This record gives sequence, C-alpha cells and structure tokens, in this order.
Amino acid sequence: MLSLRLAIPTVNTLSPPKPKPKSGLVQTASNQTEIFPSRVSVPKRYGYKLQAATTDVANEEISVAGEFSEEEEELPEGLNKELMPKHVAVIMDGNGRWARQRGLPTSAGHEAGVRSLRELVELCCRWGIQVLTVFAFSYENWIRPKVEVDFLLSLFERTLKSELDTTSRGGIRISVIGDSSKLPASLQELIHDVEETTKDNSRLQLIVAVSYSGKYDVVQACRSIAEKAKHGNIQLEDINESLIEQELETNCTEFPYPDLLIRTSGELRVSNFLLWQLAYTELVFVQQLWPDFGKDEFVEALTSYQQRQRRYGGRHS
Amino acid sequence: MTLHTEKGGISRSARRFLWKLSYLQRKCIFSVLSVGRFPTHIAFIMDGNRRYGKQRNLKGGAGHKAGYLALMLMVIYCCELGIKYITAYAFSIDNFKRGPEEVQYIMDLMLEKIELELSKEDSLFSRYGVRVHFSGNMELLSDPIKDAAKRLMVATANNSNILLTVCLAYTSMNEILHAIQETYQEKLAQIQLQESISEGRISMCNPEQGDHVLKLAEIEKHMYMAIAPDPDIIIRTSGENRLSNFLLWQSANSCLISFSQLWPGISCWHLVWAVLNFQRNHYYLEKKKKKQI
Repeated sequence: MLSLRLAIPTVNTLSPPKPKPKSGLVQTASNQTEIFPSRVSVPKRYGYKLQAATTDVANEEISVAGEFSEEEEELPEGLNKELMPKHVAVIMDGNGRWARQRGLPTSAGHEAGVRSLRELVELCCRWGIQVLTVFAFSYENWIRPKVEVDFLLSLFERTLKSELDTTSRGGIRISVIGDSSKLPASLQELIHDVEETTKDNSRLQLIVAVSYSGKYDVVQACRSIAEKAKHGNIQLEDINESLIEQELETNCTEFPYPDLLIRTSGELRVSNFLLWQLAYTELVFVQQLWPDFGKDEFVEALTSYQQRQRRYGGRHS
Repeated sequence: MTLHTEKGGISRSARRFLWKLSYLQRKCIFSVLSVGRFPTHIAFIMDGNRRYGKQRNLKGGAGHKAGYLALMLMVIYCCELGIKYITAYAFSIDNFKRGPEEVQYIMDLMLEKIELELSKEDSLFSRYGVRVHFSGNMELLSDPIKDAAKRLMVATANNSNILLTVCLAYTSMNEILHAIQETYQEKLAQIQLQESISEGRISMCNPEQGDHVLKLAEIEKHMYMAIAPDPDIIIRTSGENRLSNFLLWQSANSCLISFSQLWPGISCWHLVWAVLNFQRNHYYLEKKKKKQI
C-alpha cells in the first residue's frame, strides 16, 4: 500500500526502517514516499532485458533454457529462514508498459515477463517457498484486443511445452486454476497433461491463474456445494467457511491462503485475484514493472513481509 | 484541527472560530480536488486505537474513544467532499478473540455513543444528513447493542446526504457465507414452488436450466454490503498492509491505501492524499478501459 508519514508526532512502534532500496521505490509501511512518485522507474537491468527481448522477437522463440538448481541456497542477508512465507502470490503487472517504454511491441513485454517469472520460480525453489501463485491472465482480460489475447494464450502454451521437462526435473508441480472452458482445446489438453505429469512433484507448487476471477471462484465453489446438497451429501447447516475453502480452486494445494501478495507496476489494487484467500495476506505493492522485478526486488518484498506483525484480529500482548 | 481537545483548554468561541477557519481552508482544498473525479465510496480500516492510547498514556480503552472522534471527523470531511458512502470497520468477528475487558469496553462505548446520538435533537447525524447502517452478523452481539443499533438505523433512515455503514461483528468470509446460505435457501424455495406447480425435475445446478443456476448477482444481492456500491478507496491506518477479512468481495477494483498514522491521528490531509491517489489511478484505469472498447 502507498505509505505516508506526515509531520504529526507519533512514536514509531513498528520495526526500524530498513535500508533505502537500491532501485525503484518499494511502497511499504516503514518508507517515506515522494508526494507524486514517478511512474517511470529506471530499471538497472534495462540493457540486458532490451537485448534479450529483441533477440527473442526476431527469432520468435522463448529462450529460457537452463536447469533449476537442485540445492536449497542460503538466504540473502537480512532474511530469516523461520519467517519465510509458505505461499507467495504475484500479480505480474506491467508487461505492456515495459514494452511501450522501450518502443517495443506488447508481445516483447510479455516475453520479458516470462523470463522474470522463470527467475522468480527459481528463487522460490532455492529459498524453500512451497507455493507460488501467479496471476497470468484475468477473466477480465478477455476484453483486451484479440491479437493480444491470442498471443498471450499461445505464449502460455509454448512456455508450458518448453518448460515441462525442466520443471519436472526441478521437482515443480504445476497447477492451473481459472475458467478453462474459454481456452483453446489444445491448451486445455496440454494443461491437463502438464498437471498429470507433474502432480507428484513436491519441491514447489506453481499455481498459474489463467482466465481466473476471484468472484467466480467463489461462485463455482457455491455451485459445487449446491450440487452436493442436491444429492443429500450435505445439509444447509453444514455449509461453513471451511467447506467453501475446500471447494475453491485453490484446493489443489495444502496452503491455499497466500502469506504474501506482491503486485508490480505501482497499481494499488488486487483486481479480482484470490479474493477469499487474501483475507489475511500481507500486501506489498512495488513500483517496478513486472519484467524488471528480479532478485533484489523480491528480497525487499520478503524483508518487508518479515517485519510485519500478523495478529489475525487478536492481540500479541 | 481535532475534536480531541482537553476540557478548559481554549474558550468555546475560540474553538468555533478555529473550526470555521479550518472549514474555509478545507473548502479551498476540496474545490481544487474537484477538478478530478471524486470517489463515491470510501472505506476505512480503523487500526491503531489501542497503540494511540498507550503512546499518550491514556487510561483504559480511551484510545478507542479517540478513534470514535476520528471517525466522526472523517464523516464530516467526507460530507463536505460530497462522498456518498462511507464504510468503517469497527469490530471484526476476529476481535472477539481479544481480552474480555477490551471487548466489553468497546461494546459499552458503542452503546453509549449510539444512545447519545439518539438522545440529541440536533445530533451530528441529523445536522449532516447521515444515514447509519450496521453490517455484520448482528446475532453475535448482545441484545442491548442489537436493539440500539436497530433504533439508530430507523431514526436516521430518512437522512439522505451520506450513508455511513458501520461493520460490526463482521468478516468478509462470514458475509459471503451468509450470502451463499441465503441464496441457497431462496433457490430451494423457488425450486420447491416450481415443482409443486409443474411436476418436472429441475436441477439447481444443471447449466442448461438457466434460471436455477446459482449466479454471481444473486449472491451479491444477499451480501450485508449490498446497500452500497463497491468502495473506490480502502484506507487502512497504523501502517499495516492487509485487508484483514474486510470487504474482500467488494475490494476487487478498490484503490488500497495504507497510512503509517494511527487511526485517531488521521486528518483531512490523509483524505486529500487518498483522493489524489484515487484520481491518478482512476485516470489510468479509464484510459485502459477506453483502449479495450
């Protein structure tokens, strides 16, 4: 959330302010912000990303070759292993803006976004995060221009195919949530195969939300419950919060509630992503656009998360 | 200027003068803000009352009293701004986990303030045309509070300037659950009626039978918060960056803003800042929507 500290005498009872961020501006509770922060952040990996993007656009390939490291890495300085979140959710926003800033087509932005995602998946594997949920395509995104939608779906299909071996070897389980009925049949089949192939992997669960809406997740849970009630399996009195949780699409994981949600590109909204599941999730909004979100930015978000006091409505003392 | 002045500090006429001065100042600022679009609905997560009380060595739960005054100030500012809906997260179902003394203090405070508003002829709510509504699982509250809340809702029902929704014994999950239960019961009643008229088998979940499939709009109409549109802005104080089971359903496109200030210390400037941020985000969202049409 955007934070503002005015000149009113209050004692800061929160944890001490962390070091000034190296690049961009992370909007957290313990930071001062500019009155009108600039929307355009200058990414330190500008040159590399531009070169990579143009190469890929020219070759029409996604170059994401490489293996996921098998060993858990020591955490960067400042991060506490015991306070690492089990489930991280990410709204990958800003690919289009990233491309426009560089005079590239939107497709180049999305491809750069795929590389960012791959890097994040690798970091989650190395640092022991158990579930990573990413908002790849919202139900509301169907109204975007058909050209962009078709490109996004084909990018998703190509990435799934090219990454299947790597993710399998890396012990990554892939699950896809969302209304798959609107997806092309080939993609639906591929998703099913990928989920089947990786279902026994246990190092990291990567949940990709495609054609997903938080509200429709609750509605479909409601319909499942009604179906069960119709067959007499449950009564009206049995419908409770835990039953709803079991019927949501995030029932594919042991930890359906994200501990941390990161949204890039400076937007301060959750945009209909995992509404029910975000009840007690710590929110971090970062200014960087998604293709510029890398290890440093992730460490800053995790540091901010680890400094927070989670009370769930109760009191600590 | 805050209402939380010490008794005997400055004279009544001086206070009135300062209030008028600050009103004129606010009027100038709000007219500058009016160049952009105003939000229709602002929601507040009023966090930090107890910490505020501790910082100032106030006795007992006096921080919550200060929090109440801050809410009244916000109602006044929002009325002056022309905001039509305010929602305040007063007491969560999770807050029942707190110490019984604190819970009792808050309940007593609420009862006291409601009775005070009901007893005054020229109350703040009638002066500013505030209609009050209570959202939440009222069955979890004691009878005196339930009764007082109902009377306040009836007493302010004809006020039409602004709707203040106070979320009491509320969590979003409980609200959604309640809406699902109500929707299910309504559907069941519809089906039973139809079955008694025509003896066909109608499935509640068969997608071909359009009328009996549970729909999003049906669930929404049974929400406690169906009385107001979705909030444009959700403001949380005390530096925490989470929704804490507040308006999860309704916050899908809300601008989420967090201030490090504790709730009783919130001022007009925070509201101005929040509206400016909303206007900046709103402009970008409208641009995006136009591109997609």
